[in-house]
Amino acid sequence: MTEFWTVLARDLKLAARDGGAVGTALGFYLIVVAMLPLGLGPDLKLLGRIAPGILWIGLLLSALLSLGRIFESDFEDGSLEVLMTGSAPLELVVAAKALAHWISTSLPLALLTPVLGLLLNLDVDAYGVLLATLIAGTPAISFLGSIGAALTLQARRGGLLVALLVLPLYIPTLIYGIATISAIVTPPGDAMSAFLILCALSLGSVVLGPIAAAAALRYQAQ
Amino acid sequence: MAQVSITQRLANPTRFLGFSYYLMMGIAGLSAVVLTYGMYLAFFVAPVDYQQGHTVKIMFVHVPAAWLAMMGYAIVALSSFGFLVFRHPLADVSAKAAVPIGAAFTLLALVTGSLWGKPMWGTYWVWDARLTSVLILFFMYLGLMALRGAIDDDSLASKLTAVLAIVGVVILPFIKISVEGLSIPWLGIEIPSWNTLHQPSSVLRTDGPKIHSSILIPLLINALGFTLLFLAMHLKAMRNEILRRRVKSMRIAAVERAAHRGDGVAAE
Repeated sequence: MTEFWTVLARDLKLAARDGGAVGTALGFYLIVVAMLPLGLGPDLKLLGRIAPGILWIGLLLSALLSLGRIFESDFEDGSLEVLMTGSAPLELVVAAKALAHWISTSLPLALLTPVLGLLLNLDVDAYGVLLATLIAGTPAISFLGSIGAALTLQARRGGLLVALLVLPLYIPTLIYGIATISAIVTPPGDAMSAFLILCALSLGSVVLGPIAAAAALRYQAQ
Repeated sequence: MAQVSITQRLANPTRFLGFSYYLMMGIAGLSAVVLTYGMYLAFFVAPVDYQQGHTVKIMFVHVPAAWLAMMGYAIVALSSFGFLVFRHPLADVSAKAAVPIGAAFTLLALVTGSLWGKPMWGTYWVWDARLTSVLILFFMYLGLMALRGAIDDDSLASKLTAVLAIVGVVILPFIKISVEGLSIPWLGIEIPSWNTLHQPSSVLRTDGPKIHSSILIPLLINALGFTLLFLAMHLKAMRNEILRRRVKSMRIAAVERAAHRGDGVAAE
């Protein structure tokens, strides 16, 4: 388990000292959300109604943009091979790297969301539940995303490909994230069960992601 | 001679090329006969629906296509599993061959569903739960094709595509349930479908009226015909893929021989 914490601390340190990537993801999120009213018109009622969906989808796209970072630089400079030959099981290493991605990218994006909610005239009641669904749902984004990042490591046009591979996997998370919010904002609806399903999806992806990503990495090391 | 099981003997690519020709021709012939009979029943025997009119005949293509879209993914996932576990190249050939055929049937299901929707719903596309989940299945097929196409090393591409197919088959039930909902009354499970979560009033149902046997029997015959067609095309695509790989390795061998001769000439 020490290896897990070492890899986690190393990846977090790398992310903090090379702050550009997190900043880019945050900037991308901001500009996507700012572009939508320009495209849809400044009708605050309409924007307020569709704000949860816009924020969720904007966050998915911004996190997607930074998935390549999970393995790419380690693959290029060879440190991934060192990690693979180490004593820790590869699944654990992948889990640590995906968790580092969640802490360094998905969580800041989720915490930025309430600020962007102001721009979109989001209902005041929805702030808390939106943030709760994002924090509960974003582990699925990082852990399922690690599968896409591992699969496209040696692919041409990896960045576009990872979106095509990973976005369908995010659909259940997106649906139950939005379902929780709309159950609170426009009752009636069963917010608690939708939220629990969202948590279950996140926990399931914490298991599935590292196993599949580690398998994909092993085939590429051979 | 050592005992080998029948599957092992049939899994030899050369033997597969030998017997699969007759198997493919047999299945293709059978498919032609069954489909002709099924289409005859669909167009001349099955009654016209009193609500849907002649558009009900689209169902005789649409429903089998939707079934085969799912069966295709099941074949891809099973073959991928077989490939990763037993490392048999023929399983990879089967997975690779089934993807475009499954994608074609998925597209056929989407297009026929959309054509049926125009007179029934007044628009080519509604975000009906089942249409949406078939669309997502289509994206999964596209992802499999795109991943295989984007990796230059063929054997690595096979393995990674197999991993993706297995991840897909694990997640597909969750996607299907989250989009379409799930109702198992005797277990007390009741999950609403995705579009009822948004707008409870505009739930559109594709299942329509209950199916009478005068429509059900032609439908099943057509489904059988299309399934046979799928299998025949799958066998043909597998044969093509095996031959394509042989041509490729022969070309590489020829280039190597030529390079060798070139060396010899240069050395002399």
